[in-house]
Amino acid sequence: MESLAGYVFLGTAMFVLGVFTMVTRKNAIYVLMGAELILNAAALNFVAFARHLGNRLDGQMFAIFIVILAAAEAAVALGIVLQIHHHYPSIDVSKPDRLGD
Amino acid sequence: MDFFHDATPGWYALAILLLPLAGFCWNAFTYRTEFTRKRGHIVPLLTIGAALFCALTIFKHAVLDEELGDPAIAHAGAGHAAAHGADPGGAHGGAAATDAAAKPAHGALADPRWNWSSKDHGLVYEIIRSGAFRIEAGISIDHLTATMLVVVTLVAFLVHLYSSSYMHGDKRFSRFFAFLQLFSFSMLGLILTDNLLLLFCFWELVGLCSYFLIGFWFEKDDPPRASMKAFMTNRFGDVGFLIGIMLVYRMFGTTDLGEIYAAMQAVAEGRAEIPPLYGWEAGTLLTVAGLCLFMGPMAKSAQVPLHVWLPDAMAGPTPVSALIHAATMVAAGVYMVGRIYFFFTPTVLAFIAGIGTVTALLAATIGLVHNNIKKVLAYSTCSQLGYMMLSLGVGGYSAGLFHLYTHAFFKACLFLGAGSVIHAVHTEDMREMGGLKSKLPVTYRTMLIATLALGGVPFFSGAFSKELIVEHALMWGWSHGIAHMLPALVAIGGGGLTFFYMMRLIYLTFYGAPRDQHKFEHAHESPAPMTIPLLVLAFLSIFSVGWPIPVWGGHTLPQLLAAPPALASIALGHGGDHGHGNLALVLAVLVISCAVIWAGYRLYQRTYKERNPGPEVWVARLKPLHHTVSNLYWFDEFYRATLLRFSFATARVLALVDQKGIDAIVNGVGALGQVIGRGFAAFDRIVVDGLVNVWATLSHALARKLRRLQTGNLQDYLAFAVGGMALVTLFFLFLA
Repeated sequence: MESLAGYVFLGTAMFVLGVFTMVTRKNAIYVLMGAELILNAAALNFVAFARHLGNRLDGQMFAIFIVILAAAEAAVALGIVLQIHHHYPSIDVSKPDRLGD
Repeated sequence: MDFFHDATPGWYALAILLLPLAGFCWNAFTYRTEFTRKRGHIVPLLTIGAALFCALTIFKHAVLDEELGDPAIAHAGAGHAAAHGADPGGAHGGAAATDAAAKPAHGALADPRWNWSSKDHGLVYEIIRSGAFRIEAGISIDHLTATMLVVVTLVAFLVHLYSSSYMHGDKRFSRFFAFLQLFSFSMLGLILTDNLLLLFCFWELVGLCSYFLIGFWFEKDDPPRASMKAFMTNRFGDVGFLIGIMLVYRMFGTTDLGEIYAAMQAVAEGRAEIPPLYGWEAGTLLTVAGLCLFMGPMAKSAQVPLHVWLPDAMAGPTPVSALIHAATMVAAGVYMVGRIYFFFTPTVLAFIAGIGTVTALLAATIGLVHNNIKKVLAYSTCSQLGYMMLSLGVGGYSAGLFHLYTHAFFKACLFLGAGSVIHAVHTEDMREMGGLKSKLPVTYRTMLIATLALGGVPFFSGAFSKELIVEHALMWGWSHGIAHMLPALVAIGGGGLTFFYMMRLIYLTFYGAPRDQHKFEHAHESPAPMTIPLLVLAFLSIFSVGWPIPVWGGHTLPQLLAAPPALASIALGHGGDHGHGNLALVLAVLVISCAVIWAGYRLYQRTYKERNPGPEVWVARLKPLHHTVSNLYWFDEFYRATLLRFSFATARVLALVDQKGIDAIVNGVGALGQVIGRGFAAFDRIVVDGLVNVWATLSHALARKLRRLQTGNLQDYLAFAVGGMALVTLFFLFLA
């Protein structure tokens, strides 16, 4: 498990799964979970490359920032989801489409 | 004594000039108000009254107190010529004369007139400066100016007063006074200005006012035609005048009368000479310019052959005839000749004398046979203006201008009297009058006094001026040879004719039995505003010369109106003066004149009073002559057959050229423009509009497709974003 490729492969897989989840799931909670996956894929990449490029701490620091950012994002996003649920009695993300043509 | 030592006279003169203008503006701009419509005479009366006061002030100081000095003594360095000669002459035209004039002008040829010039006191207004060309308006006052100011303002004031009653009830009452004010302004400007070009401007303005006032009753048939005739005839003379001014400007590079005088003085004293122009020598040039300049007065002062407008001008209201066509405007020509008298060569003066002689004689003979009371007076005016011109022409400068002064009062009196008669009987035809003596006592007496003055009966004002004229004509004839006695003969014989036709007018109007009983019974004396001017003017017909003491503070008025040196004659090597009168000549002239007047009176008595033989017999005896004279010597017919026909033919040809030639070109250009315009329009429609439309259609179609992408679904947007990112990544990985 010391090789970089394994971490990069895992990060990529997590990113792709996260995007796939966000694009395909109708439930807003799942969409949020997709976003968490993407964020964590990025964090994993930071840590892995930091370790690979000489045990530096800047990558770790970015990972911690991303965790904090993800927490804040989750709070705001859940708030938005609640509002959507309040407005349309549903959390289906395909419902709010009034920006469309 | 200090009146003429600073700028005070200038302010008085400016007040005289601007007051009537203010009155005109007042009447013109408030004509809608009830006050001006009903009482439009009040403001004009006040302004002209104030102007009269100012004019009398100047007259008192200048003439009565002789503060301007004695013109008989040529003052060394007399203000004007010297002051203007000293003007830096760089801006002048090329004539050598002006350079010489830059030296102070002293000596015997210095201008005895123009004693006070506003330019010496900083009162000057530069109207135009354009390169070497400049016009500076200034005011000059001398004895002649002061005298004319009084004549004009006094007669104008009396006519204003008279009109307030005569024109009462006219629907354009206030407009009439506005025109009178405008005329007064123009006439006074003409008198006061010291620049030939400005004089011309005011000259045109008085002509314009004359046109307005002759055609005042424009609903009738005659007045518009008469006003047009007056205007056109005057244009004829004014063209000559303008050409004369241009010639003068080419010769001296200035139109300022003082500077022209200084330049001419330099020429006369041999300090400079006039360079040849257009191949003409100085003598020819001066004569041609003088003749051209004289064209103006010839038309304005109704001299034969340009006199035809004056009798027709009687179509205007009678006060206008008195003010404009008897006392002032027609005299402006005489005044103007007096103003530039120094400029006339002996040839021009002889021409002026000839024209004056012919006018005096022809007009007087027409006066003998006319039956319209105003036209008889108009021909009489014409004849008297001929006298004045004759006098100026034979060297009687002071006599001519003195006659202008005396004539203004008694002729205004006669016209206003005629107006009073017309007011009473509502006709101008003397054949419908008669016996009005008892009905119009004031009018009769004043008109009789004015008639005696006009006839030159001794002790009346006209006698003094007429005898001076005869004296000068005699002296001129004496010194120039027998053929030159003609003006003198006409001047003497004309006195008899004048008295005869004036007594005939008085007889037909006031004496005998009424020929129209109905009109006679309705006649009544005019109200006070009309009779007061008559009385004042009758008084002046006797006393304007200062009678019974014909002395103005030591000098008679003719002495104060001394002639300027005859510079043009001296410059051409002729003698200036032609001898002076003596007591023997004066007595001889007095005796001859009295005899001729007596003859005229006897003829009148035999013809009209005693009817031995009566006028009908004379008419029958002199049938061809009477026929000629009563057809006014066929002047109108002659003009109609020649000038008018020529002018109409030319107009017709020009109209044809206009219609066929000019119009065709204009229409062709228009059609061409239309064709080109159509081409441009097609290009615009097809190419420019096409391009714009294609572009619009394309973007419209594209947008129709692209809007489908905007679904509003968040997940679609996310998919696009990720897809786009993937494409960019792929591009950089494999293609860049």
